[in-house]
This record gives sequence, C-alpha cells and structure tokens, in this order.
Amino acid sequence: MANDPNPAALTRRHLIAGLAGGAVALSVARPALALDVESAKVLIGALVKDINGIINSGASESAMYAQFEKVFIKYADVPIIAQSALGVAARAASSGQMKAFTAAFQGYISRKYGSRFREFIGGQIEVVDAKQVKSFYEVISTAYLKGQSPFEVRWQVSDKSGKDKFFNMIIEGVNMVATERTEIGALLDQRGGDLDQLIADLTGLG
Amino acid sequence: MFVVQKSHYAALVAVFSLVTMAACSRDPGTGPFNDPFEAQNRSVHRLNSEVDRVFLRPTSQVYESGLPKPVQQGISNFSDNFETPGMMVNNLLQGDVEHLVENTFRFVINTTIGIGGVMDAADAIGMGRRSTDFGETLHVWGVQEGAYLELPFYGPSTERDTAGLLVDFVLDPLGYVLPKPERYVGTITKLASKVGDRGRYSDTVDSILYESADSYAQARILYLQNRRFELGQEVPSDTFDPYEDPDGQ
Repeated sequence: MANDPNPAALTRRHLIAGLAGGAVALSVARPALALDVESAKVLIGALVKDINGIINSGASESAMYAQFEKVFIKYADVPIIAQSALGVAARAASSGQMKAFTAAFQGYISRKYGSRFREFIGGQIEVVDAKQVKSFYEVISTAYLKGQSPFEVRWQVSDKSGKDKFFNMIIEGVNMVATERTEIGALLDQRGGDLDQLIADLTGLG
Repeated sequence: MFVVQKSHYAALVAVFSLVTMAACSRDPGTGPFNDPFEAQNRSVHRLNSEVDRVFLRPTSQVYESGLPKPVQQGISNFSDNFETPGMMVNNLLQGDVEHLVENTFRFVINTTIGIGGVMDAADAIGMGRRSTDFGETLHVWGVQEGAYLELPFYGPSTERDTAGLLVDFVLDPLGYVLPKPERYVGTITKLASKVGDRGRYSDTVDSILYESADSYAQARILYLQNRRFELGQEVPSDTFDPYEDPDGQ
C-alpha cells in the first residue's frame, strides 16, 4: 500500500543470472566465504525460487504443506526461531524440553505459514535488494500476487548458527518472530505456563 | 466558502481532544505497544468479534460467492477512487507533492478513462494506489501514536489514527461538493468494499479472530506493526537480533 513497488528494478533474467552466478561462487569458495550482502541475497533468491516452485506446482494443499516444511528446515534457523518465539519461558526450559518444543514448533509454523502462502498460489516473489543491519543481513523481496498490489517481504539472514539461514520474515512490517512470540505466550498462558502441555498440544495446532 | 455544519463542528472538537490526548500520552510509540485501555479494548474486541461472527463474516461469504469477481473489483475500485480527493487533501497537508501529483493523476484518469472509477486505469499504466489518511498527516506533523484503541464496529486503531479517522470524515472534499444522495454513494461502496475485503482475506482474518490463542493480542500486534510500516516508522523489533538476545527482553 504505502510502499513503493518497483518491478523494473530487477527483471527475472537478472534474478536467474544472479542466482546462477551466486551458485557458482557458493560451490567454489563455500567454507572460507563469510556471509555478506551478496550471499544473503543468493540464499533468499534460492529460497524464493523454491517457494515460487511450490505455489505454482498445482500440488494438493497437504502436499504443499509438506513441501513448505522441507523448505523451512532447509533455509530457516528453526532452533533460534523457536527459542525466540518461546521468549523468556525458554530460559527455564530444560534442553530436552527445548528439543521437543523446537520439533513441535517446526511442524506448527510450517502448517500455519503454509496455509498463508496458499494465498500466494499463482503468484511470484522476486528478490529486490539486500543490506546489512547490525550483525545480520536483510534481503528485501516483493511479492506479486494475482489481483493485489505488490507487497514487501523481508528476510533476515545470519550465519551465526554455523550456516547461512534466515531467522525472521517480515511481511509489510508484520514480523513473524514478534507475532509468534505473542501467540506462543498466549498459548502458554492458557496452559498455566505448562510447557510440556504446550509441546503436546502444538502438534495439533497451526 | 464551505459552511462548517454543526455535526462537523462536533467532530472537530472531538478530534482536538483526541489529538491532545495522543500528544499527552507518554509512550512515544517505540515500544511494542502502549495499551493503558486494555480492559475496555478487550470488551470492544469481544463485541467486534461477535459482530463479525454473526454479521460480517456470513455477509462477506454471500458477497464473495454471490457477486462476480469483476463486479467486486469494480466496487472496490470505485470506493478507492471516491476516497482519492480526501487523500489528495492529506498529501497537500503533508507537503507530499510527489504523491499529490500521483493521486491527482489517478483521480483524473480513473474518473474519466476508468469510467467514474469503476476501473483502475491508472494502475494499469503503472500508477498504483497510494493511500494516505489524516492519521498519517498527524504522524508527519509530529503527533505521537498514542495509546492503542479498538473501536466498536471498526477494529484496531490508535489515539492518533482515531483522531485522523474523524478528521478525514470532515476533510473529504466530495462531502462538500456532492449533493446529498450522491454523497452517500461513497460511504455505501466503501462499506461494500470492506465486506468484500473480509471475504477475500477470509482465511487470514479467520485465523486471527478464531484460531489464535489470544485474538485481541494478535490483532493488536498485527495492526501496530503494519501501521508503523505504512508510516515508515522504524520498528525496533525489526532490528531485533535473536543471536544476541534470544528472549528479546
């Protein structure tokens, strides 16, 4: 709405060329190469390509959810997203609980965002720009959906997990981690702060 | 030139008291949220959810399935076009010449080539919709966001945006130019367009209102984040680094 979509900034050909170039760089110098603006862009370029593949595959909804979960595991730093969604409650949790929570959260978030991405069917996401923010990188993409004004999706990328992964996604200002922290906090409150109960219930939610 | 009617005057008084309220609220709007009226807001939220469940949601389903898609799009376009002169006034008040020019072109093109605004011809030639409102004007003028409010039959807002909402009602030039029955066409198509939006984003709205553990808190965080983004405000949670501070405290 208020953002300034600029479809001319990046043609698909540029995107593909950039991806191919990036892929070569990635395979040649991978271990020595630290994350930078370009490699963050390449990572999200590949992620977006996978998402575009799914939303235009014509696969069934349940098949799409499974594919989204795979993409999520491949590109996202699931443990850090789960930990920050749990917020302060994560401090008191045992490592066993964190492991179980992370696994339950992974399925929950894939189902939840998978069903949101269902609205992207027939659409296209394109990487537009990338920049450094503090110690991480932010890749800016534009989503073009049928019958809607283009809107912005930002991906925050870090290599602090040991691999280049995204740890947050921001759609038109709506921040996945902040939103999920509110939701997980409310779910935990409903259960009187019982994390084990939340872990058990999370498999049926999302 | 324009005769300020009594009802408009009352609205202006309400606006000024709200603006003062917003200006006096301590929170500068940088935190996640400022919600001193949470108890009242939550009871309004219960009312709004009930209105949605009983009226808006079923109506939007009928609208969505009953009206052909191009007709829905036409109504939505017409409603947008009807709101454009009001946006132009706000562009002017914000000193935003670029968007004033853009919205003026949009209004002229859509009213003529777009047959009274039914078609978004300007969008087709790459001049997309750029909405604004008096809440944004207040932001540009330096008024703080104020407290979070959930308004009856309307939904999430803030003190600043509520003031803006009332002023926009008074500011709309078409309200002065058009004779009485025509004036209401905009209001009616706007309502229809909102019903259409409810139908179009049905899954998303349902998931917030009926599937989340605390729909009030979800609506609050979604509204505030998205509104701050629209206004180009720096959102602190956007630069939050979980590797340094995983609990985000």
